[in-house]
Amino acid sequence: MISLQHVSKKFGERQAVDNISFDIKDGETVALLGTSGCGKTTTLRMINRLTEADSGSIIVNGQSNKELPLEELRRGIGYVLQHNGLFPHYTIEENIAIVPGLFKWQAHKIKKRITELLAQLHLPENILAQYPAALSGGQQQRVGLARALAADPPILLMDEPFGALDAVTRAEITKDFRRLDILQSKTILLVTHDIQEAFALADRIILMHEGKIMQQGTAATLLFSPANNFVKDFFAQNRLQSELSAVTVADAAGFFAEGNNGNGQLVNVDHAQSLWELLEQQNGNNKANEINAASVLQALENWKKNFNE
Amino acid sequence: MNENGINLWQFMQEQSSKIWEQLLAHIGLTFISLFIAIIIAVPLGIFIARKKKFAGMVLGITGVLQTIPSIALLGFMIPLLGIGPKPAIVALFLYALLPILRNTYTGITGVDAAVRDAANGMGLSRMQVLFKVELPLAFPVIMAGIRTATVINVGVATLAAYIAAGGLGEFIFGGIALNNTNMILAGAIPAALLAIVLDFLLGLLQKMKRRKLRFAFILLPVICLVLSSFYLLPSFYGSSLLAGFTPEFMGRQDGYLGLKNVYNLNMRNVVISDAVMYKAAFEKKLDVISGYSTDGRLKAFDLVTLEDDKHIFPPYYVAPVVRNEVLEQHPELESILNLLSGKINDSTMTALNYEVDYLKKTPEAVAKKFLQEQQLYKAPQNRNGDEIRIGSKIFGEQYILAAMYSMLIEGYSNLKVSAKTGLGGTKICFDALTNNQIDVYPEYSGTALLVILNANETAVKQLAGNKDSVYHFVQQEFQKKYKLSWLQPVGFNNTYALMMRKAQAEQLGIVTIRDLVEAVKN
Repeated sequence: MISLQHVSKKFGERQAVDNISFDIKDGETVALLGTSGCGKTTTLRMINRLTEADSGSIIVNGQSNKELPLEELRRGIGYVLQHNGLFPHYTIEENIAIVPGLFKWQAHKIKKRITELLAQLHLPENILAQYPAALSGGQQQRVGLARALAADPPILLMDEPFGALDAVTRAEITKDFRRLDILQSKTILLVTHDIQEAFALADRIILMHEGKIMQQGTAATLLFSPANNFVKDFFAQNRLQSELSAVTVADAAGFFAEGNNGNGQLVNVDHAQSLWELLEQQNGNNKANEINAASVLQALENWKKNFNE
Repeated sequence: MNENGINLWQFMQEQSSKIWEQLLAHIGLTFISLFIAIIIAVPLGIFIARKKKFAGMVLGITGVLQTIPSIALLGFMIPLLGIGPKPAIVALFLYALLPILRNTYTGITGVDAAVRDAANGMGLSRMQVLFKVELPLAFPVIMAGIRTATVINVGVATLAAYIAAGGLGEFIFGGIALNNTNMILAGAIPAALLAIVLDFLLGLLQKMKRRKLRFAFILLPVICLVLSSFYLLPSFYGSSLLAGFTPEFMGRQDGYLGLKNVYNLNMRNVVISDAVMYKAAFEKKLDVISGYSTDGRLKAFDLVTLEDDKHIFPPYYVAPVVRNEVLEQHPELESILNLLSGKINDSTMTALNYEVDYLKKTPEAVAKKFLQEQQLYKAPQNRNGDEIRIGSKIFGEQYILAAMYSMLIEGYSNLKVSAKTGLGGTKICFDALTNNQIDVYPEYSGTALLVILNANETAVKQLAGNKDSVYHFVQQEFQKKYKLSWLQPVGFNNTYALMMRKAQAEQLGIVTIRDLVEAVKN
């Protein structure tokens, strides 16, 4: 769906992006991870040409992104920014209707689409007539997402979409985000500096440093078989949390010494969630089907041993 | 507020049609220039917000324009655009430029980068970004600039009266020149109210909701155009003889009023500052002007004075007027100031004025040379005595006299002189003297009689023509009313006179004012 080949960009003397190549498959969610200044945002912005690449080629939907007229290219790609970028002088309804308006959709079709989006993104109808300033940060971010999705683009570019939110809202919205049906079919490139966010949302992670790609692969690959010392050091902090987040219940299902039904099986547990989320769920829920923390950690250790062999 | 038994309200009622006419001209001037400024400054502001490398230069140039004193800017316009509405509109336009330009630039560059990014990222075209995002968000800031420009324009437009463009300045400057507070206020109050009302109305527009913005974008130019049309240009341009009179002359019995009453002169006229009047006559923008008979520019611009065959212009003999207290403290001043007495006649004064006004010598240099020729000049003494403050009105002759008096005082006594020259009119000079801001200034007997003492018609008739009786009358009255002393007259008579270009006067066979009246009738 998206393919970058030998793409470079210089700002003055600074090499912001240095000869990088990667592909994103249809329906895949990929995170560009790295510290600030590593070139991840520049990489993202070169795809919808908010920044023009100096060299290399970028293919979007089977076509070089320079072939299409600029406006047409951008209208076909959803774009979500850190500081949502909602038009402060437009109501929520008008904000969401911008791109459909550019496509000259009929009013009733826009109206229908907006109702649909609100329902899917769990936003109340009564915000439609309000201005962005009246909404909470979390709501603003959802509206930003609704606006990007309004004309149903196949591709979504997200630049630190939850970066401006407080930790609690952010954790909530991140979890929520992954379950949104509306996003399941989209090809998503997400820029973030937050390891947990990348692990929670992305199928695959591209770790960048000083304009270069350090390693790309699943969370587990980066974590448990780092390509170099940079990658290793990058995940050193909160390593346990990262490890728990990188491994899903499904991955580790065979490594639990005992289950929660007395037969060594896990029942009534969402296998798609990570071990970290599984642990979170157990907190303060001392009833049936309880899995104790020690057994989860044990399962992780067992899984790691297996992974390394 | 009582003056001649008429209060301000009565004066304004009497003059209501004139105030109305001036107010409309004022609004017209303000909005024509504002409209042109908006049309140019808003696109230019958008341009420099996009191409920032030009911003410094463009804002710098308009900033410099803003610092040119308004009256000087009007002066620069005369050779290029003549007198009347054209130079006034151009000058006002230049003043309105900076606030609108700077606010447009600030407004556009101040739009949140994330919002602009989002707009671009969603695929809005450049024009859509401008009209849907940048302009609406910058609108309150741009409107604030337009409000500032409007208020500035209402203020500066009063100066348009100096170059025959009309407006409320006619009353304001006429009032200052004539020592008529009612007249000043009749111009100043409507001007102030106009500024407040326009600012308020534009403020409403500024706070308008976005939905109505499109409406505002259309409304603003329409309002500008409608208000601009108040200013009717055609009456100014025409073929027959045109007179330009100073605001002071317009309101004086021994000026325009006398010309109308006594001579039945009824010609097209405009109000203009004497700083530009002679030049305008020379450049054929005006045919008849109200000048001073000793003015150096008479000689410079080849003008002739028309004979006042019905004697409406009383004698104007100049003499130093001093506060009594100063004379008591420094009795020697009287003899020093009287040293000039009888030394300068009309033609000498015209020649001295010519050197200053036309040959551009400094008044000090001309004064010193004259005193040396008369063997009156002495090098300054030690200047360790008290300070004497000498005032003068704002034209060459007064500067020369003030310079002569300074040199004489410092040469013949140990007093120190500070000059407060260039006071803009009879009223300002006289008020400065009575309020102990200056100690002495040269005044004309006729001006004192008619402007300061407001002598009634019968008194004027009794005195008319006789220079000594006028002088004695004002001397007595000043002593009695204001405790001010008139010292001995210098000798020349700088009376009002009507002037024309020599060539034109000869061609039309005009020698006297009566000839002029006949010429205008035909």
